[in-house]
Formats: sequence, C-alpha cells, structure tokens
Amino acid sequence: MSGLSVQIRRKLGAFAIDLAFEAGKGVTGLIGPSGAGKSMTLETIAGLSRPDTGRITFEDEVFADTERGIFLPPEKRRIGYVFQDPHLFPHLSVAENLDYGASRRPSGGTISRDRVIDLLGIGALLDRRPHRLSGGEAQRVAIGRALLSNPRLILMDEPLSSLDTRRRREIMPFIEALHRSLDLPIVYVSHNIDEIVRLADRVLVLHEGAVVASGDVAQVLNRPEVQSLILGEDARDADPATIIEAAVARNDPEHHLTELAFGSATISVTGLGLPVGAAVRLRIHARDVAIAIVPPEGLSIQNVIEARILTIAPAGPAQVDISLAVSGAPDLRARITARAAGRLSLAPGLTVWALIKSVVLTSG
Amino acid sequence: MTDLTAWLTPGEAEALWLSLKTGIVGTAFSLPPGIAVAWLLARRNIPGKLALDGLVHLPLVLPPVVTGYVLLVLFGHNGLLGRWIEAHLGFTFAFNWKGAALASAVMGFPLLVRAIRLSFEAVDPKLEAAARTLGAKPADVFVSITLPLIAPGIVAGTLLGFARALGEFGATITFVANIPGETQTLPIALYSALQVPGAEIHALRFVLLSLLLAVAALAASEYFARAVQRRLRGAP
Repeated sequence: MSGLSVQIRRKLGAFAIDLAFEAGKGVTGLIGPSGAGKSMTLETIAGLSRPDTGRITFEDEVFADTERGIFLPPEKRRIGYVFQDPHLFPHLSVAENLDYGASRRPSGGTISRDRVIDLLGIGALLDRRPHRLSGGEAQRVAIGRALLSNPRLILMDEPLSSLDTRRRREIMPFIEALHRSLDLPIVYVSHNIDEIVRLADRVLVLHEGAVVASGDVAQVLNRPEVQSLILGEDARDADPATIIEAAVARNDPEHHLTELAFGSATISVTGLGLPVGAAVRLRIHARDVAIAIVPPEGLSIQNVIEARILTIAPAGPAQVDISLAVSGAPDLRARITARAAGRLSLAPGLTVWALIKSVVLTSG
Repeated sequence: MTDLTAWLTPGEAEALWLSLKTGIVGTAFSLPPGIAVAWLLARRNIPGKLALDGLVHLPLVLPPVVTGYVLLVLFGHNGLLGRWIEAHLGFTFAFNWKGAALASAVMGFPLLVRAIRLSFEAVDPKLEAAARTLGAKPADVFVSITLPLIAPGIVAGTLLGFARALGEFGATITFVANIPGETQTLPIALYSALQVPGAEIHALRFVLLSLLLAVAALAASEYFARAVQRRLRGAP
C-alpha cells in the first residue's frame, strides 16, 4: 500500500503505545476506548510529538525515522489536522483563520477556497470572529482551515465528540461529502462505533497502545470481543449491534419502500432513492431484535428473518444476548430478557424468527 | 495641558519629567528581556529554572536599599560591570538619570515578568500546535499567534512595571543618590521636601502630583487593556 506507513513506540509515564499499521486512500477509522492511545498516535504522525523509536513514512517521504535520526517538523509534513475542539485562532476572523494555512503553503491547493467554503456551508460566517460561532460552525471552519492548508493527508481526532447530537448530525454529512469529493487519505479517530461505521472504509481497533484488530469495518466491528472492548466492560449499558453490508434489491415506489438484501435475508426500509444494486451499510442494535419460535402473524413488524440460534450469553442479571446465524450474512444479535428466553425454551441449534423493529442506515 | 507646567514650580516640573523619563526608559528597556524571561519560565524546562525564577523575584522581596546597594557595587564607577560599560560603551549609570532608570527597571521587572508569564501560561498550546500543522515555523507561530494572544498581558505588565517605577525610592536613592535635576524623581523630591521644616505645602503639592500621575497611569492601563481585548475578541 502506498499511503501512510506507521511503526512507532512511545512511552509517556505509565502510558505507552507500540503499534504498526498502514493507511491508504479513503477513510481509515481508528477506534478504541479512551486511553487506548488514539490521540497520541495522531500527534506522533503529525509531528507534534516524537516517537521514542520507529518510522513514519508517507508515500516516498520519510516523516520520522529514529534509526536514521530523521524528524520532519510538523509544518513540513503537509498534514491537515482537525482537533477534538476547533482551536480556531481567537484574534483572527473566520476568513483569516481559513487563510492562515493557505498563505503559508500556497503551492497548488488540493481543493479551491470557494469549493471548501461551499462544501462546508461557511460562506456567511467569513467576517465573524470565532467567539461568535456555534460549536458546529466553529468545527466546520476548523475542518475548512485544515483542508485549505494544502494537505496530502488528513488526520481527524474525534472531530464530533465535543458537539451535541444535533450538531453532530449537522457536521456528519460534510465529512461524508469530503470523503466522497477528495482523493486524500483520511485517518479518522473516534470512540463511537456509529461514526466509524458511517465514515470508514477500513478500521483499526486500538487497545492499550496496540492494534488489536484491523480490516473490513463490518467484519471487525461485528466481533463480540471488539464490541465489548469499545463499549466498555459494563455489558448492561453497552448496546451491541450488528453491522451489515446490504444491497438495494428492489424499489417499491407505491409504498415508498426500498428492499435491501443481505445473504438469504431481505428487509424493507423507508424509500432511500438509491438505484438497485447500490451498497448500503446497516446497523441493527440487539435491543431492536425480538425473537419468535413460530412464524409470526398479525404483527406490525414486517421485517422477519429466519435464523438459527448459535449461542446464548448472559448480559447483566436480567438479560441475555442471543447470537443468530443468518445464512450468507453476519451473525445477528438479539438482546431479550432472561425470563423470555427461559419461557420460550431457547437453546442453541433452534430455528427461530428474528423480528427486526428498526435498523440504522449508516452509509450509502 | 500646555499650561500644566505653568502651575508647577521649575523644581516640580523637573521632578515630574525625570520620573516620567526614568519610568518610560526603564520599562521600555526591560520589556524585551521581560518577554524572553517570561517565555523561558512559562514554556521551557531549562536547568536552573528555579534559580532564574528566584533571581527575577528577588527585588520584590529584598529591602530596596539592598537592591540599590547591589546595583551600586555592580554598576558604580568602580563596579565590576560599571567599569566595563564605561570602558567599552562609553557611558555610566553612576549618579545620573540612567542609573535611576536602571534602578526602576530592576524594581519593576518582577511585576512585568509575572504578568506576561501568566498570559503565556494562559495561551492554549494546542493553538500553537494547530498553527504548526498549518505550515507555520516556530518563530512565525510566536509572532502570528502567541504574541497577539499575550498582548493584554504585555500591556498589563508594562503598565504595572511603569507604575512601580514611578514609585521607586529606596533602590534609586541608594544607587544614584538624591541629585536635583538628575536623579531626584517625584518620591525623592517629596522625601526631600519633608526634610525641610515649614515646607509642608511643598510636600503636599508633590503628594497631589504623585496621586495625579498614579491615577493617569491606572486609567491608561484600563484603556489599553480594553482596547486590546476589543481587538483580540472583536467584541464591540
């Protein structure tokens, strides 16, 4: 892979990272619980901190190589860095903030100023000072500022985590649009599965300073041990979910529905307006899956999938997580009460019907 | 304002002018090293940082007479540094207004450094890190980001140092004595007036003059601090 190649070790007090990975074009998601070393990794890539030992290269340029004593300062790396907080320069206007990087690295901008302003919807804010921006606006300006510094690589360190849910929804489409319209590698750090599922092409899972899993987003994040790692030890509050790569099978304009197929199963969702064959990433939360031991009738829930029980595991004192095999698709998970599981005499090997109450559509 | 000098006796005008001159020159010359020392103390982990911090603060806790005596020993005609300066730079601090300016600079220095250091510490290092990733070299970051952000602290520190310089007495009289027209600043002139029996009205006029100057300095400080805030924040 000809993108970013990282192989670093760094120790800071009781905290240490020791990891290696590569990241090419598209979005590489870096996920892990807080304290996993995600931010430190990004800072080291950007040159804001030095690795104790290791090597970081991007395409044919060496950013750092401790063996050869090479360390390229951050201003020479041409990296667009978006921090957790916007960190706009308070004494400069929005326009001056946007131009700060552009005026210092002017040669052949990757993307034009007008296009960035248009893409991020910040045209009306140019004359304002940062203290007069909302959190969402400020973060959009910060993204624009990073893009206009003529970067070859974008690093985003939980750019949505300081925002409330509404602002998050406001910014997410901008980041998606960037992803589609830019031909730059992006490393996106988050501890939020939804963000990664929605934005990332590949994922790396970090834990205690090391890469513990990497690869395809759905495959990696569907692994139960990865989910419990990210969601934390407290399984009662954690909400496992299954990520499914589906395709549009049929559009039903009469009922405004779109039929999605994955493996042997199909489900209907509200019309997406996507052509047949388009790829869609779904997320089905375990709490939204109910189980019937006979084919259900007379229900408002229309999405019913035949499945076979694989395992039943306790999740807290009152609930169980049931893993269900659906042929040709990732294992589906259902969270029901332990009492229901007992009354229905659920057991591994039993064929059941999974009732899907709702799905989260994450990306097209 | 043109008539202000007409209200003052020549001696009073001289003392006022000398106070302003020594205060302004002393503060102006201590500003660049003050910013440098504040930066070192706030941002660098240098060996001997504690010693430097102590040295800077020493004039604040030492009796001013001691500070004045140390200056006399170092910068007097026969002082270690005084002799060198006289031989190589062709001037002396001994018993002239330059010495008074030096004394007021030394006495105001801790206050100046303290205010600027605090504002250095208040600047979020992440802002400077962001500027680096946007292509700015360290010196560029300092001029385009750090300096504008600490501007209120520089203004506050400068005026604090200046106000301290105006009131300077002990170190000045010890170092450069009490020479009318040369080293006799307002506080020293006031002290002299108090030594003369029956010159209470004289002393009172010096007191009022000092008061006026202090209030003016305070008002100026407030005005500049607000102007800087306005420029930085863009607030109306």
